[in-house]
Amino acid sequence: MSSTIREAGLGGGASKVTPLPARTAANTPVPPDHAIARNPGMRLDLGFMESVRSVNRSALERRVASLTKRRSIKADNQAAWLLRAVACMDLTTLNSNDTEERVRRLCAKAINPFRRDIVEGLGIAGETIRPAAVCVYHPFVATAVDTVRGTGIHVAAVSTAFPHGLAPLSTRLQEIEASVRDGADEIDVVIPRGLVFGAKWQELYNEIVSMRAACGEAHLKVILGTGDLATLRNVMLASMVAMMAGADFIKTSTGKESVNATLPVGLAMVRAIRAYFEETGYLIGFKPAGGISTAKVSLDWLVLMKEELGRPWLEPELFRFGASSLLTDIERQLEHHLTGHYSANHRHAMA
Amino acid sequence: MNILERYHAMEYGPAPEARNEADAWLAARDFGKALFIGGDWKAAGSGKTFETSDPSSGKLLAKVSDAGAADIDAAVSAAAKALPKWSASSGYQRAKVLYAIGRAMQRHQRLFAVLESIDNGKPIRESRDIDVPLAIRHFIHHAGWAQALDRDFPDHKGVGVVGQIIPWNFPLLMLAWKIAPALAAGCTVVLKPAEFTPLTAILFAEICGRSGVPKGVVNIVQGGPEAGAAIVNHPGIQKIAFTGSSEVGKIIRKATAGSGKKLSLELGGKSAFVVFEDADLDSAVEGLVDGIWFNQGQVCCAGSRLLVQEGIADAFIAKVKVRMSRLRVGSPLDKNTDIGPLVDLSQLDRVKGLVAEGAKQGAICWQPDTALPSSGYYHPPTLATGVSPANILAQEEVFGPVLATMTFRNTEEAIELANNTRYGLAASVWSENVNLALHVAPQLKAGVVWVNGTNMFDAACGFGGYRESGFGREGGREGMFEYLSAKLPLGPVVKPAAASAQPVERPEGDAIDRTAKLFIGGKQVRPDGNYSLAIANAKGKLAGEVGLGNRKDIRDAVAAARACKGWPEATAYNRSQVLYYLAENLSGRADEFAARITELTGAAAKAAREEVEQSIERLFLYAGLADKFEGRVHQPPARAVTLALHEPVGVVGIVASDNAPLLGLISLVAPALAMGNTVVAVPSEKYPLLATDLYQVIEYSDVPAGAINIVTGRSAELAGVLAKHDDVDGLWVFADAETCAKAEADSVGNLKRVWTGNGRSLDWASGEAAGDAFLRRSVEVKNVWVPYGD
Repeated sequence: MSSTIREAGLGGGASKVTPLPARTAANTPVPPDHAIARNPGMRLDLGFMESVRSVNRSALERRVASLTKRRSIKADNQAAWLLRAVACMDLTTLNSNDTEERVRRLCAKAINPFRRDIVEGLGIAGETIRPAAVCVYHPFVATAVDTVRGTGIHVAAVSTAFPHGLAPLSTRLQEIEASVRDGADEIDVVIPRGLVFGAKWQELYNEIVSMRAACGEAHLKVILGTGDLATLRNVMLASMVAMMAGADFIKTSTGKESVNATLPVGLAMVRAIRAYFEETGYLIGFKPAGGISTAKVSLDWLVLMKEELGRPWLEPELFRFGASSLLTDIERQLEHHLTGHYSANHRHAMA
Repeated sequence: MNILERYHAMEYGPAPEARNEADAWLAARDFGKALFIGGDWKAAGSGKTFETSDPSSGKLLAKVSDAGAADIDAAVSAAAKALPKWSASSGYQRAKVLYAIGRAMQRHQRLFAVLESIDNGKPIRESRDIDVPLAIRHFIHHAGWAQALDRDFPDHKGVGVVGQIIPWNFPLLMLAWKIAPALAAGCTVVLKPAEFTPLTAILFAEICGRSGVPKGVVNIVQGGPEAGAAIVNHPGIQKIAFTGSSEVGKIIRKATAGSGKKLSLELGGKSAFVVFEDADLDSAVEGLVDGIWFNQGQVCCAGSRLLVQEGIADAFIAKVKVRMSRLRVGSPLDKNTDIGPLVDLSQLDRVKGLVAEGAKQGAICWQPDTALPSSGYYHPPTLATGVSPANILAQEEVFGPVLATMTFRNTEEAIELANNTRYGLAASVWSENVNLALHVAPQLKAGVVWVNGTNMFDAACGFGGYRESGFGREGGREGMFEYLSAKLPLGPVVKPAAASAQPVERPEGDAIDRTAKLFIGGKQVRPDGNYSLAIANAKGKLAGEVGLGNRKDIRDAVAAARACKGWPEATAYNRSQVLYYLAENLSGRADEFAARITELTGAAAKAAREEVEQSIERLFLYAGLADKFEGRVHQPPARAVTLALHEPVGVVGIVASDNAPLLGLISLVAPALAMGNTVVAVPSEKYPLLATDLYQVIEYSDVPAGAINIVTGRSAELAGVLAKHDDVDGLWVFADAETCAKAEADSVGNLKRVWTGNGRSLDWASGEAAGDAFLRRSVEVKNVWVPYGD
């Protein structure tokens, strides 16, 4: 994979980037052949933003409508793709009534996502396929780190006054630092959506730059709250500012907005990622989150990534689903693949 | 590969559509009896068959009855027999039949899609998601027109028996476009599918048999050129509707000349795909995929000429290449296939030949490194850059997955390049600036313009071309008119102008000699040949001499009409006021014109006065309608508006008849002017002095120079020159039958829109010789699709 990551499909010419070493946080390092260079960010370039501001909603809607019908994944390939969806999953619990015990249960499911008979039936025992990360609120970071230690599963913390992002900046930065101290190696931050409406790009950029600094070695995922941003143009511009400010991932939603991750929003964001790559040579990750709960829909997102960005974006280093119930639905589909029987939720261990 | 290997590879793998139902259908049919005539399945009288094969493998699918002239005769008889009852049935009854057809097709959607892909080679996702649903939509939409006929088309009736010939690129969809409006209008049909793709039409005929379509209303005859020619030439057919190549379209135009058959032609194209620098480039790239790589580029309205603004050209082409490398070429029945085989080996050879020739002429032809299946007629997606406007790839319709690219510097040049073609079917305009897009769309010579989209179709929206892309529209209200005829008041049969002896005797009196000239470009000019034609008065004495116009005078008049931008670009209100003013000034000289009519024609003073008054009234009518014969907004089932704009046809030649020489001329010239056309008028050969008197009125009525040009002389000769002039867009001829037929036959140079009386004039004095029927011929309907949403 390694040598093909950069050149795969994008036709962007020679790399401008020297790869950095992969993270070595709470978890075992990712295999070195998946290593990608971390985005150092760049200055806020309003001219570059201007060049990408044309986003035609109806054309994007037509593209995603046909995209999902133009590709069909059947039989063993479908099983393989669903396993891929699991490997690219941030298994998430973000509820007001979360407890440490609940988080431990989530971690246990992440460590053992599939029933034994499914693993054996699919013939995948030779490789560990499980969610890339668990995603929790700050108070549960330490518990999660403790529970997944040694498994390679990352621990992501939502931060910066999730889901609204409206606490004082100093408070929000302290929150990041606290989560990193507790062992989180991925930080999902939210942006104050008002800065987008006000086109306060410099202020937004500055905030994200300081968030990135507060993350240190931990990877930064910037949640745009796309359901609040109204237009795909705003989504495109906010994506650009986040990447310029040093985001490792850009992420659609908190899951708390009234509209969650939609494919047109996803298409606008992956095109932003492509434009940033073409401009800088850096590969930025993408995380759709919220409302992705069925195996079928997860395939649509994987197709979107493969078609618009290419194979490298089907690795957990560059693609994640933020999801909670998706895992069980995939497990049911995998059982169906093996037995031909439609399964029931209660036949699979809950998170 | 095991699942873990697939997990790492992340390939799509094959996703074949099952074909067992289609195979079972194929196995159960007797294709030797594939002619659906009068509700029965018949073999060709000759017993002949032709073969249809699977373009992805070359394998034989069926040997299908090959209709000959006798079979066409039988089909036309069946259609004629069914016509009286069908055309007299209520709109509601016809609506029920159309609805039943649509629903029955829905119940067999997948079989239609699979058969279409097997027979034509188009990817199953296209036949399944586009062709078949659109075909169904056409029938259900037209059920409504059947019932709305009396309300929306008063004083119209179905034209009768219709002959329809359709191409192989969208076999079922083109069938739907043809049959649905015909049935709605109360016509009966004889339809011939293309030889390459007979299958879905056979399934459709089966469905007709089961859906309550009365016997003989729909006749489907399989066959080749012989069957096609028999349809075109059959005297029992009142209308021909053809979709196919411009070459065959011209043959049909010629063959039907003088027959009185109504004709609609939907022909080739070389449609421009214009990308401005402020476009959403990634979306424009996807638009190209839908534009030129849809159906392997075998689409008459394919966006085959990419015009991209210089500043973004390199970036855009780079994006196009990346996208092209992701196109999957493969089996039509694989759900992951983007590009299937071309329909036939001959088509593949043709496309390869054109690409090679384009490269020889300097184009750089790039193809992605895509593996092609080992058998079948596959052609890789191809991008030609460095294409000059003279290159064969910029000029000729390739009908394959080949995109020719040019750059432009500014908007004006973009429009000029886009219009630099003999065709005029469709165009795409990509810009996020609504001001720019709506500035450009009306200036493109194309029947369909998509703003930030491409290849969008709907039953509610008209589709059809300008220029050599044909005439007539399919779909929507404008499409219904193609199967209806309006009631017009017939006038006398026009006899060829007699080569009568020239009157020489001058009437008594001492009036000062007057010289009537031609009126070209706002000026009175002497005829090029410097010959004159003596005009007799009612008593056979010399009334005056007019210029004997010749081909060069017509040439100059057409040039003046083409150069006149002020009139087509004027607001409708402005044109309205000029026409009112013309009426006002004619009114001021009413006595003089009445006297002239009497002098020339011998009409009684009262009748002459009446003709002048009616002429003034008619000018008033069209002055008033200039800003009222408006376009429409169609509502396709998408978040888009489709603006059906009424645009002037362009330069219109008008050859007027001798009956009611002033009123007849004005009845034709006024509606053309009202809609913004510029006119080259050939007035009555016998009484041209009325027209030469009229130019004096025109001169002081604020009509811009070149908007009206008058060339006197021999009508038949001048009509012929106009017919053969390739910069004349429309030609209306009310002359003798031979002149009319010849005008139609000679119009093939540029496929101008010809309207003739077929040897008869109209009764100009009738109130029915005015109104919408005239205005409709004065406009082209351009459908501008504007999808929206932010």
